[in-house]
Amino acid sequence: MSKRSWPVVTPVPKLAALTLISLGLIAGCAKKEDGGAAPTGGGDKSAAKVAPAAPTTPGVTATEIKIGQTMPYSGPASAYGVIGKGDVAYFKMINAKGGIHGRKINLISLDDSYSPPKAVEQTRKLVESDGVAFIFNSLGTANVTAVQQYLNDKKIPQLFVATGAEKWANPSKFPWTMGWQPSYRVEAKIYARYLQKEKPKAKVCVLFQNDDFGKDYLAGLKDILGDGYEKMVIKTASYEVSDPTVDSQLVTLQGAGCDTLITAATPKFAAQTIRKIFDLGWKPFHILSNVSVSIASVLKPAGLDKSVGIVTGAYLKDPNDPNMATDPGMAEYRAWVKEWAPELDPNDNSLLFAYGVSMTMVKVLEQCGDDLSRENIMKQAANLNKFTISIATPGTELTTTANDFHPFSQMQLAKFNGTHYEPFGEVLSAD
Amino acid sequence: MTVVTTAASITPVRRFDQRMLWLAALLALAILGPLLVSDYHVFQATQIVVYAVAVLGLNLLTGFSGQISLGNGAFFALGSYVAVILLSKAGVPYWITPVAAGAVCFGAGYLFGRSAARLEGLYLALATFALATAFPQILKLELFERWTGGNQGVVLSKPVSPIPDLLGNDQWLYYYCLAVAIALYIVAWNLVRGRTGRALVALRDHPVAAATMGVNVVSYKSTAFGVSAMYTGVAGALGALAAGFISPDSFTILVSIQILVGGVVGGITSIFGTLFGAAFIQLVPDLTKKLSEVAGALGMPALASKLSDAAPAVLYGVLLIVFMMVMPGGIAGLVRSARARLTRTRRNHVKT
Amino acid sequence: MQAFLHQLLSGLANGAIYASVALALVMIFKATHHVNFAQGELAMFSTYVAYTLIEAGVSYWIAFVVTLAFSFATGVAIERLIMRRLQHASALTSVIVFIGLLVAVNGLAGSLFGSSIKQFPSPFPSQAWYGTTYLSPHELGMIVVTLVVLAFVFVFFRYTRLGLAMRAAAENPASSRLVGIRVGWMLALGWGLACVLGAVAGMMAAPILFLEPNMMAGVLLYGLAAALLGGIDNPWGAPIGGFIVGVLENLVGAYLVGSHLKLAFALFIIVAVLVFKPSGLFGRTVVVRV
Repeated sequence: MSKRSWPVVTPVPKLAALTLISLGLIAGCAKKEDGGAAPTGGGDKSAAKVAPAAPTTPGVTATEIKIGQTMPYSGPASAYGVIGKGDVAYFKMINAKGGIHGRKINLISLDDSYSPPKAVEQTRKLVESDGVAFIFNSLGTANVTAVQQYLNDKKIPQLFVATGAEKWANPSKFPWTMGWQPSYRVEAKIYARYLQKEKPKAKVCVLFQNDDFGKDYLAGLKDILGDGYEKMVIKTASYEVSDPTVDSQLVTLQGAGCDTLITAATPKFAAQTIRKIFDLGWKPFHILSNVSVSIASVLKPAGLDKSVGIVTGAYLKDPNDPNMATDPGMAEYRAWVKEWAPELDPNDNSLLFAYGVSMTMVKVLEQCGDDLSRENIMKQAANLNKFTISIATPGTELTTTANDFHPFSQMQLAKFNGTHYEPFGEVLSAD
Repeated sequence: MTVVTTAASITPVRRFDQRMLWLAALLALAILGPLLVSDYHVFQATQIVVYAVAVLGLNLLTGFSGQISLGNGAFFALGSYVAVILLSKAGVPYWITPVAAGAVCFGAGYLFGRSAARLEGLYLALATFALATAFPQILKLELFERWTGGNQGVVLSKPVSPIPDLLGNDQWLYYYCLAVAIALYIVAWNLVRGRTGRALVALRDHPVAAATMGVNVVSYKSTAFGVSAMYTGVAGALGALAAGFISPDSFTILVSIQILVGGVVGGITSIFGTLFGAAFIQLVPDLTKKLSEVAGALGMPALASKLSDAAPAVLYGVLLIVFMMVMPGGIAGLVRSARARLTRTRRNHVKT
Repeated sequence: MQAFLHQLLSGLANGAIYASVALALVMIFKATHHVNFAQGELAMFSTYVAYTLIEAGVSYWIAFVVTLAFSFATGVAIERLIMRRLQHASALTSVIVFIGLLVAVNGLAGSLFGSSIKQFPSPFPSQAWYGTTYLSPHELGMIVVTLVVLAFVFVFFRYTRLGLAMRAAAENPASSRLVGIRVGWMLALGWGLACVLGAVAGMMAAPILFLEPNMMAGVLLYGLAAALLGGIDNPWGAPIGGFIVGVLENLVGAYLVGSHLKLAFALFIIVAVLVFKPSGLFGRTVVVRV
């Protein structure tokens, strides 16, 4: 009686069966999710839904406007997931007040782990499976770029993307994509303007992240300084996101003998920079990118006393400013956080950002009235006329036209005094 | 580690027919299924096919030839970039690009394998881990920016279906990827069952004995690396075509880890286990999102929020550990032993 | 010249971080002959535990000691619960488990503690009393602590019976059992000590790197390069490797290739060492008889 000591049978049949069953289940679930939108085959099927003259926009019904976004809720950029949570909470508040012209806003916020292929997948899901009207406030330059062509081809608005890259302001090539915050290049232009005017003899060093975010700053400086760039900016140093510290770069910059430092860095590296230049005993005129402006997330960990004197361009009010305690716009904001996002931190600038961008979205939808076609939504987004939001720095307003896709193009310089940012000078514009 | 049996040669004819039947059914589903679902699901299916080929590449290297590689993400990236550069800069038609990507990656993999041939187990894992971690930075180099688009990445125009009345763009791309994948699977199947496969398995289990028997260790190891890199590179090329965009951020160490997870879950020494692994990679993150939605619906928003933030990563990690402790053969191994038990029982019954 | 000296000292400070991570890796390798890819993440997690305690009002040194105890217990638990099952498993299995640990701990930390950066206090004074600004007090303190820990590990393995027993258990478990060494507990002890060393590394590095879930991700590769360069089984070789890597990284980045190739440089070190001198600069070359 011989007994085989190992399984002779090939694993293929059972595996094949299991695979079959699972694929069948997937297909079954897929069909169920599809509901009534069974494709009829041929060409790009979803195109049929986006015909300009169609009476109904996908995602829009008499009672609801469905919109979507992708956010980094997990992965390296998950600190910015707060923005998505803020957006969702804002629309919940609006819905509780009756919505916009009787329609509730349903924001579907999906996680893309800050990975562009995932962003493509999730955006396609939002558009083709969930059937959203448009994409709102997705985050991440690479992630937004990944779906930009797709959305523009399908004529779906990609509104108020949460990245400051300059390339979103390109209505001739990408008429369906628009940013919101002052772009990094605009911000750098404002700094350059200021330096040109107030400190023409400054010797400037720049520490920048070695990607489009950092390089946009250099480009903005070059835009304004032109030929004077070489004379003014005597040394630049870049760092990679994978670098543990930026100490070596700062040592190099200090050694070049600058008296002004522009730091185009994200929060962690900005904090390291603040700490290191304090340790080095170096006290340059320090301009910090608005991306790292947060007192709670950057200045406090770095050391409030070490951060005194830091200058940044602001376009939103500072939640940590005691003068803002009596400001009606900020009071409203805090009340909103308390009621609709109690687990989030009102002092987090990202949350304030979400509040402001959602407020702008509501304004656009209100302007649309009853015509919620994608064309009109885009048209109204490009039709903001000196719109002020209650939490923006006084004197700044949002303006867009068919040729100008920069909603914010002004900033107010402010200096950190140990507890909050004190505005100084007048509101500066990039143009 | 479960040993692969090249047992087809001793399988009775009846079972051979049965196996062909199952394979045919599986193929039928793969071919007909996408005609019935929406574009988005076709896109998902395409991604599963892409992952399956990538995991197959890893299985060939790690499962069959025993060389641990944590760096296949680098070859995935290389394949993607080769395809994209050819497509966008040289105007090469999209359907040739995976072939070119495969060829380039074969060369790169072979060279790497050759230099790393002396490295065993842990040290090879270290070297490949370093490769995967450092590769995105190399991609961002200004030296190559002219071709790679640097940090900005490159946007692709998606392949267009030549028969728009019958097949949409997404469907056409799916069938193209499926055809490439089937061809690669057939090659892998033959490779494993033939002389090369036996040599690789011998190298894995008894390297000294294999060398004594005349197996050229360095040559076979390098070839295994090359073949694995080729498969992964082709998968990368197909993935780039499907996504329509690549940038260095698309290829972090997470890609290598995902492929590893897929291989382990499916069964690292199994060819068809790769299908399970690929489905796992594609569908599980959505599952964790649903779990967090359930938590939210049950009135636990804090838990829901924490689940959705951490869940995919923690789930991947925990699954890797659990699988290694409980099911080192992956799902394929589980099926194998279940089937064996069933057959033994059946045979016992027949005997009485 | 001044700039060069400055870069050198700054490199030594960074090198101290890599050296302490390398020490933890050496500890685990000597005790178990495994390289724990998850060492950095475990160190980060321990640092978060310390942070939570300090935020809750506990004094720095008490939190420090409690964290070390916690790390020890965690290391022992991992060994007893997970690694023991995989004693006879292949290298592939243990590598996969380490990667699994890496991913899981990273995700868990992000979920429990949030992703924004946190400030971790330094036990050293903030103003330098020695005049130069080339090395901050914390950086100097970190270098000293690393050297002290290095000395401890070296003495432990070379001159104590326990250290000898641990080395024996890793080298030849069968014979060790025969002479009465409890191999299982030696391995657990090794893991526990390695996690303690990792926690020290994390708590020393956090004031400089700022505490966040991906704090150690960048450091791990340099730590691995350091350990390999110095000899992964050599308690004083690996830290020297760490200092070398730190200094080279700074100098190469500042004067040669620019900062955008630093990771590639670490990769180059790793591959070069593995191909040309796998035992590292100061390691022992092991000859295996077949």
